[in-house]
Amino acid sequence: MATITGIGTADDETEAAAAGLEGFSGDELQALLAEMLLYRRFEEKAEEAYAIGKIGGFCHLHIGQEGLAAGAIKPLREDDQVVTAYREHTQAIAKGITPRAVMAELYGRTDGCSGGRGGSMHLFDTAVGFLGGHGIVGGQIPLGAGVAWAIRYRGGDQICMCFMGDAAVNQGAFLEALNMSAIWRLPVIYVVENNGYGMGTAFSRVSATEMEARSGAFGIPAHTVNGQDVLETYRFFEDLAGHVRSGAGPQFVNAVTYRFRGHSMSDPVSGTYRSKEEVESHVEEQDPITILRNRMMKAGLLTQAELEAMDADARAASEDAADFADASPLPDPSTLYDHVYAEINPHGRLFLDGRSPHG
Amino acid sequence: MAEMTYREALNAAMCQEMDRDDSVFLMGEEVAEYDGAYKVSRGMLARYGDRRVVDSPISELGFTGLCVGAAMTGLRPICEFMTFNFSILALDQVINSAAKMLYMTNGQIPVPIVFRGPTGAALQLSAQHSQACETYYVHGPGVKLVTPATPADAKGLLAAAIRDNDPVAVMEGELLYNVRGEVPDGEYVIPLGVADLKRWGDDVSIITHGKMVHVALQAARTLARDGIEADVLDLRSIRPLDVDAILESVERTNRVVYLEEGWPFAGIGAQIVSLIQEEAFDDLDAPVVRVTQADVPMPYAKNLEQIAKPGVKGVVEACRKVMYLPA
Repeated sequence: MATITGIGTADDETEAAAAGLEGFSGDELQALLAEMLLYRRFEEKAEEAYAIGKIGGFCHLHIGQEGLAAGAIKPLREDDQVVTAYREHTQAIAKGITPRAVMAELYGRTDGCSGGRGGSMHLFDTAVGFLGGHGIVGGQIPLGAGVAWAIRYRGGDQICMCFMGDAAVNQGAFLEALNMSAIWRLPVIYVVENNGYGMGTAFSRVSATEMEARSGAFGIPAHTVNGQDVLETYRFFEDLAGHVRSGAGPQFVNAVTYRFRGHSMSDPVSGTYRSKEEVESHVEEQDPITILRNRMMKAGLLTQAELEAMDADARAASEDAADFADASPLPDPSTLYDHVYAEINPHGRLFLDGRSPHG
Repeated sequence: MAEMTYREALNAAMCQEMDRDDSVFLMGEEVAEYDGAYKVSRGMLARYGDRRVVDSPISELGFTGLCVGAAMTGLRPICEFMTFNFSILALDQVINSAAKMLYMTNGQIPVPIVFRGPTGAALQLSAQHSQACETYYVHGPGVKLVTPATPADAKGLLAAAIRDNDPVAVMEGELLYNVRGEVPDGEYVIPLGVADLKRWGDDVSIITHGKMVHVALQAARTLARDGIEADVLDLRSIRPLDVDAILESVERTNRVVYLEEGWPFAGIGAQIVSLIQEEAFDDLDAPVVRVTQADVPMPYAKNLEQIAKPGVKGVVEACRKVMYLPA
C-alpha cells in the first residue's frame, strides 16, 4: 500500500477494524474521510501561510484532532449551536463555515467570517450556528450554558455543544456553568477535547482528580469517547445529541485525542513537556485519518486511487481558500469604529478618543 | 405623576419592560423567592413566574456568562448583582464577552444585556463592599453606563437600558433605594446620553453622577447661603456622555468641580477634566478640582469612613477654591 505523505502510513488492519464500519454507508464513510482530509490540508495550508507571514497573531492548529471535529459536529443539526474555544478552525468548517471564509478570517480580510476583526481565535457565523471562537480559557463555558438557557427559555428542541480543552475544567467558570446547567437541566453537551496538555502542562500534573470525575459533583453524566476513531465518535454523539434533544439534560464528554502540533504556531511540536517519541507514536498509531482510511481499504470501500483523488480535492480546496483569502480586500480603515456598539445613541458621545466619526 | 421610592421605580421599569417583551428576564442572587436582596424585585416572581424571574447560585462569573450567552442568541437578560462589588468576579464575562462580542463578530452578535445593582459605599460595610465600580465598566469600549440619582431617572434610565441593543450597566446605590420622588406614570423612557441639570446657578459648576448628586445639591444649598449659585449637572449617563451639556455649563460658569464617589486615579472625573481642558480650555477661569473618595480602601471605623468619603464640606471647599475664595 502506498504511503500518502502527511497522513501517516498504512499498518496491518484487522478484521475487527473492518467491522467497525458497520452502520455507515460507503458514501457516508467517504464523506467523513473527505472532511477530515480537508481539515488536515486546511490546517497545513494555514501553517504554511503563517510561516510566510500571511497569518499573524496566535494560531492554534487542530492537526491530529480532526476525528473529533467531524465526529462530534457532523451529527448536529444546522440549527444546533456550537460554542468553543480558540483551537477551532476545523470545527468552524465542520459546522458549515466555508474554508474560504475561515481562511480569509485567518488572513484578517473582509471576506473572513468575522470580517477580519476576530482572527484565528474568534470565528463566528450565526447563520450556521457557530458562535465562536473564544480566547479566554473556560470563558466560553458559561456562554454555552447561556445559549442552552435561551433554547430552553424559548421551548426549542435545538441543543448547544460547548467545546473546551482539558485545561479549562480547572477554571471556576467550568464548575459554575456545570452547576447551573444541572439545576436547570439545560440542553447542552460539554465536550472536553482532552489532548492531555494545557499548553505545556500535562493534565495529571495540575488536576487532583481524573477527567471523568469532573462532572460527577453536579450529577452530570460523564462519558468517555475515543476521539481518534471518527466512527465511534460520530455514533456516540449522534446518540447523545438525540438524548439531550429529548430532555436528558446536560452531558459531559471526555473526548480523548492528541495534538500533533505545538500548542500554537509559536510552540515546538515536542520539547520539555512531551517527548518526540511520544508525539511520533501518536502520529503513527493514533492518526484519525489513517485509522479510518485503513479500515475502509480493508473493507474494500476505498481504493488507493479514490484516496488520492479525495486528498487532491482537499488540497485544492485549501489552496482555493488561501487564494481566496489572499485576494480578499483588507478591511476598509473607515470601518474601524463599526460594530463597537449595535446602537449609536442619538444623544451623547460614545467614543472619547476625539477621532471617531461618531464624534 | 406618582410619588414612589427609587426601589419601586426600578421595579416599575422592569415590570414595564417585561410586560411588553417576553425576551426580557431577570436573573441574579435572591431576586425571586427572597424578593431581592434590596427588595427591588419585590412581587416579580409572583407576577412573572420562575421562567422569567430566576434565582441564581452565588456564581457571579457563571451567571453573568450565562446571561451573556442568552443575550447572544437574542434574549434580553437583566443580570442583577447584589452589589457591583461582587461583579468584579464577573468582569471577564463583562469585558471579554459582553463588551467585545459585537466587534469580534463583525456585527453579527449584539449583546442586549443589562447589568444592574448598587455601586459605591453604603454605611460601614468596609473595604470589599464599598467601592464605586464605574471605571471598571467604561474603561474599555463596548459597555454603556447610566447612574440614576432619583426615582424618576431610575425608571426612565433602566427602561432605556433594557431597550438598548448593547450591554448597559445601570449603577444604583444602597443609600438611594429609599429616596422618594415623583415618577411619571405609564411608559417612561429617558434616552441614554442626556445629562440633567438638577440645579441652575451660574457661579460654579458641580458636575457629578449617581448618588453624589444629592451631596452636590446639599453643597449647593450651603453655598447659596453665601450668595454663591452653583450649577449641579447630573451626567446620568457616563457612556454615552453628554458632552454638550458639560460644555454648556462650563461656558456659563467658567469654574468646575467634579464630584464622584470613586477613587481619583483614572476615575470618571479624570476623563471629564481631560475633556474640559481639551474642548473648553479658554472658558476656564481656574483649574478644575476633583472631589473623590480618599485614595485608600474604605475603612470600617465610622469616623475614618466619614473622612474617606467625599462629602458636602469637601465640595463646598472645592467650589470656593475654584472661585478663589477663602475656605
